[in-house]
Amino acid sequence: MPKTVLMQGNEAAVEGAVAAGMRFFAGYPITPSTEIAEGCALRLPQEGGKFIQMEDEISSIAAVLGASAAGMKAMTATSGPGFSLMQENIGYGAMAEIPCVIVDVQRSGPSTGLPTSPSQGDYMQARWGTHGDHPVIALSPATVRETYTLIIRAFNLSEKYRTPVIFLMDEIVGHMREDVELPDPSTLKINQRKMSFHDGANKQCYFVPDGQFVPAMKPFGQGERYNITGLAHDESGFPVNSSEIAGKLVGRLLDKVEKNVDDICRVEEVEMDDAETAIVCFGGTTRAVMDAVAAAREAGEKVGMFRPITVWPFPEKALRARLPRLKRILTVEHNHGQMLLEVQRIVGGALSVDFLGRIDGTVISPADILAKLREEGPSHAE
Amino acid sequence: MPSDLVHLYMRIDHLPQIWCPGCGNGVIMRDVAVAIDELIHDEDNPIKREDIVIVSGIGCSSRAAGYLDFNSIHTTHGRAIAFATGIKMANPRLHVIVLTGDGDCSAIGGNHLIHAARRNLGLTVICFNNDIYGMTGGQYSPTTPNGDKATTAPYGNVDRPFDIAQLASGAGASFSARGDIYHARETIEIIKQAILHKGFSLVDVYSICPTYYGRKNKKGDAVEMLKWQRDNLVPTARYYSMSEEDRKNKKLVGILSFNDYPEYTEEYAKIVAACRKTKKG
Amino acid sequence: MYGRKKLVIEPAWCKGCGICAAFCPKQVLEIRKEKVVLRDEEQCISCGLCELRCPDYAIYLVNEEE
Repeated sequence: MPKTVLMQGNEAAVEGAVAAGMRFFAGYPITPSTEIAEGCALRLPQEGGKFIQMEDEISSIAAVLGASAAGMKAMTATSGPGFSLMQENIGYGAMAEIPCVIVDVQRSGPSTGLPTSPSQGDYMQARWGTHGDHPVIALSPATVRETYTLIIRAFNLSEKYRTPVIFLMDEIVGHMREDVELPDPSTLKINQRKMSFHDGANKQCYFVPDGQFVPAMKPFGQGERYNITGLAHDESGFPVNSSEIAGKLVGRLLDKVEKNVDDICRVEEVEMDDAETAIVCFGGTTRAVMDAVAAAREAGEKVGMFRPITVWPFPEKALRARLPRLKRILTVEHNHGQMLLEVQRIVGGALSVDFLGRIDGTVISPADILAKLREEGPSHAE
Repeated sequence: MPSDLVHLYMRIDHLPQIWCPGCGNGVIMRDVAVAIDELIHDEDNPIKREDIVIVSGIGCSSRAAGYLDFNSIHTTHGRAIAFATGIKMANPRLHVIVLTGDGDCSAIGGNHLIHAARRNLGLTVICFNNDIYGMTGGQYSPTTPNGDKATTAPYGNVDRPFDIAQLASGAGASFSARGDIYHARETIEIIKQAILHKGFSLVDVYSICPTYYGRKNKKGDAVEMLKWQRDNLVPTARYYSMSEEDRKNKKLVGILSFNDYPEYTEEYAKIVAACRKTKKG
Repeated sequence: MYGRKKLVIEPAWCKGCGICAAFCPKQVLEIRKEKVVLRDEEQCISCGLCELRCPDYAIYLVNEEE
């Protein structure tokens, strides 16, 4: 039976994660993500899970990776300053292929910035925050209800691809309260980790059969003995100094995501079929964009919304498919133009890409977007 | 053909190890293997090999995780104790043994050390303490004595050093001890007790680094450095039979603090049990 | 309880640090060309201190029967 509850985005993240099977949370208090830690402290013991408040964000992500290696679905939650501290170990998770979910409820930066004000300034950090070439999957919810269902998807992707997944929330969605109709738990699709190594003669812990990308995982304490390291390693899990093996490993890590973009990428498109102007946005900016699209349509303007739900990798194919009809793209973000760079890369000068952003901790309104739409650009001129 | 012990508990494909001639780390790694072997065969307190997880950070010491044939995880610099915290929380049945170094556990990882000690989470931390950063070539560490030389202290070290075993005691460790290379048999016994200890345990094992620390500070070769340990580090029984006067400038090899504070995962399990009971009722 | 034990040296693993020879109570070991050698097998008392302190697992005792 679905039930309707009034819920904050941060609470929905907790409930969704619990529904996904998350049973370990380690974190450190930071505005505006703290309600997630509080919620986990309350809920996890009720579900037989574990919560621990660590001494900082570095140890939080480390404990999460440790718990995952020992077989638990694990999560941490933070905001910009803590997200910065976690970066080294996020790379470790990618290299050692340890699934986990990192929630970043973005706030205004740089540095301590405006701790209680909204921002989407961590979009590029989510992709490039940790050093070296590495795979990244990042999902960004636009509403409280979507937070609940999408964080389940974050766990599913993390387990399926054995890689950390970044759940890129922002202060708007994290602190917004909405009526949420929670889906019946029996209708949820939950991926469980394959708890043994791949079958067959090759029992090496990082063995990947031909045509596949992801080694199967067996938690510590279930009878197998193996090694995990952040150093470049071979299929046995031991460090190697071979450029051939290192290149093959990192190539496979990147392929896991790059060759599965159709499975990973999701987009919400509104009024896009006949649109001549596309507004690209994500997360907490979406609601204002939806209002602006509705108002523009009312005025007879052919405007649509293209919203990546999977924000990394950017849903490139879906945007490319829309390009032939489009005359203009307006990217709207609570930052100085970060997703804009991805859009520009994909568009490649074929049409004009405008930008509307804010970096002062205030919120972009539908009126701001309409004004930007109408101040210049072909869709209004025609 | 290596010895049965090495055959049984080390990944011989990866040996001989990379440590320099005379480095004490190999002795500590063997101490750990012997301690585990004796506990596995201990009729009163047997532990299971598959329940052992070795966790290490970064540095010379941390290579030990790859050589020891158990579940092993070689993590990031300073964070071994934090990874170990997650492993132990997820599966409290496991014996989680952290192999770390003076820099790894008391500089970059110092915060995790004191907080794990304070929580009394049931980890065993073995610190390979050689007073120097070896892997990067001889920079001063938090345990390099004041006045000693290092590549980053060419005029002598201005810092005052940590005593890691005392640091852990001060942070509330329910088991804190000191070991060394020379007194290997005593150190093995201490490590065994540390592993059997229910709460947080730390053994600060004085290693030797003849290549960087020894050479920079004219301490002689490995043999000379071990003679210093023989003459200045004193096992428990003898230490307490010495006069105050004789104890001056000597250091105890043995247990510094020991108590039975409640262990973290056991306390947390009580909360889980209470919550689940309320939920059902 | 134990049979007589015999000393085994694995020269490939010896790095010649000299710890075993220096602390051998019977002084039966020595370093030649950066490797340990057993100079006087007769005098060896199989105490195992060399094995205990060898950082490289290059010297150890085995039961004679083996």
